[in-house]
Amino acid sequence: MSIIPEGRAWVYGDNIDTDQLAPIHSYKNRNAEEGCKFCLQALDPDFAGAVEDGDIFVAGANMGIGSSREQAPLHLKLLGIRCVLAKSFSRIFYRNTLNFGVPALICADVGRINSGDRISVDPLQGRIDNVTTGETLTCDPLPEHLMEMIGNGGLMAHLRKKLKQEA
Amino acid sequence: MAAMTLSEKIIARAAGLDTVAPGDIVTCTVDLAMMHDSSGPRRAGKMLDELGIPIWDKDKLVVITDHYTNDPDPGSLEIQAITHKWVKEKKLPHFLAEQGICHVVLPEKGFLKPGLFCVGADSHSTTGGAFGAFMVGVGATEMTGVLATGEIWVRVPETLRLDVSGELAQGVAAKDVILKLCGDIGIMGANYMVVEYAGSAVRAMAVDERMTLTNMAAELGAKTGLIAPNEATADWLIAAGAQGIDIETWQGDADAPVAKTITMDGSALSPQVAAPSNPENAADVAEHAGTPVAQAYIGACTGAKLEDLRMAAEVVRGRKAAAGMRFFVAPATTQIRDEAATDGILKVLEDAGAVILPTGCGGCIGLGDARLGENMTGISSTNRNFVGRAGPASSKLYLGSAYSVAAAAMTGKITDPRELL
Repeated sequence: MSIIPEGRAWVYGDNIDTDQLAPIHSYKNRNAEEGCKFCLQALDPDFAGAVEDGDIFVAGANMGIGSSREQAPLHLKLLGIRCVLAKSFSRIFYRNTLNFGVPALICADVGRINSGDRISVDPLQGRIDNVTTGETLTCDPLPEHLMEMIGNGGLMAHLRKKLKQEA
Repeated sequence: MAAMTLSEKIIARAAGLDTVAPGDIVTCTVDLAMMHDSSGPRRAGKMLDELGIPIWDKDKLVVITDHYTNDPDPGSLEIQAITHKWVKEKKLPHFLAEQGICHVVLPEKGFLKPGLFCVGADSHSTTGGAFGAFMVGVGATEMTGVLATGEIWVRVPETLRLDVSGELAQGVAAKDVILKLCGDIGIMGANYMVVEYAGSAVRAMAVDERMTLTNMAAELGAKTGLIAPNEATADWLIAAGAQGIDIETWQGDADAPVAKTITMDGSALSPQVAAPSNPENAADVAEHAGTPVAQAYIGACTGAKLEDLRMAAEVVRGRKAAAGMRFFVAPATTQIRDEAATDGILKVLEDAGAVILPTGCGGCIGLGDARLGENMTGISSTNRNFVGRAGPASSKLYLGSAYSVAAAAMTGKITDPRELL
């Protein structure tokens, strides 16, 4: 994977927690394809229905605070989110997101992105193009070895590929 | 050799290095991995089986059921069935089924000791730091990597030291210390860091109480919490059956640099209550006194250890719960329940109107009898009060110590527990 192509930004604030991204009733008796429809229901009931494949999630500080439940990033991924930008991340959510093959990028400039803006992201270069405003923003780049894992589809797909190569 | 903190010493040992410094990214060998019925067999186990690799070391894995136990819901029953089947198929030697909440039952059965490098597939795995072990929470995919390889990469965290001086007053508990810190520095106040708790008030704390501090390091965004072990730690662990406890080796160097030190006057601390819906909304109980609550829940890994039940009993002895109050106590492990029964604590609680629930995560994660109802306001001794966690999005939850929760149960409103002691 190299550049995240242009997608629509969904912009939210600080402390988006895992209980909002994946409330327990969304995954206890449901598979993730069903459960993701409850993602962010308490914060923005329109999000899950309106988000489209290729969209980009933009949050403030401490994105993904809360539990280790992987349904939080998985729901975003299944809803079509291709990249998560945030001022900062909660540490378990950060690793979980990368492990699912979705770039999670730390971006001090998230305040310069508005909901609905069309943006594209280059994780290796740490570059964000806001097509709507014409601005170029920066984010902390991801190292190549992590982008390789992400490009392979996440940690499990990456391990499968490695095992096959060793065999 | 450069002076190192306790966490740096443990990480260096696990990475096979002489020294490490904050910011280093190193690969560590895992001494112990813990996963439960939610993150474990049904998720990490399934992924491992799909990869087709065996578990790296079955003796270093502990599987625990606590999240979906004692729940007649078909989904929960299926999760239990998957868990039992997987453990049996793999012939795992360490399986703790329905014996308690993972973070409390793990040390109780002697699996933790100072100096270990551990991972748990649950965010409150930070609790293990109360025993001088470095224990971090991970997701299920990350855990699958550990199950396959026995290794994990970590970035050596900076240290935030909380120094609590003096001694806590009657009616004030470890929960008040950690809520105060959440209020002061916020739930991202220690992002990526390790929080080391020190000072006379911490050294004087019962080990049960120290676990409350490390448990809620997660609510500061920390990688983990850690407390230098002392004689009390060793005594606790010996009673739990742990072997080879070494408290001399596993101490930080006095001159090891830390990123930040925060001091707190333990003697001046008042009971704290965190208002809905964030642990960082903590304030002196006086600020919320009089707020009516319909439910009081003493439960979870954070707030239902033997010491917590003792605190609650102190408050409610000879009293009756307020009319209409839903007052629940869910001991953190079956052993704690049995000890509380022997000590007479359970009877004191029941006589005051408490309903004793089975052990498990239950009300803390919005499952079982203690799930909050629509528009209901409750107070609990748990760790998180995010919207939609302990009940529907319309419910509201305050957090407090077992003292404060018990006091609210008696009066029907948020109350300074010192008035009832």
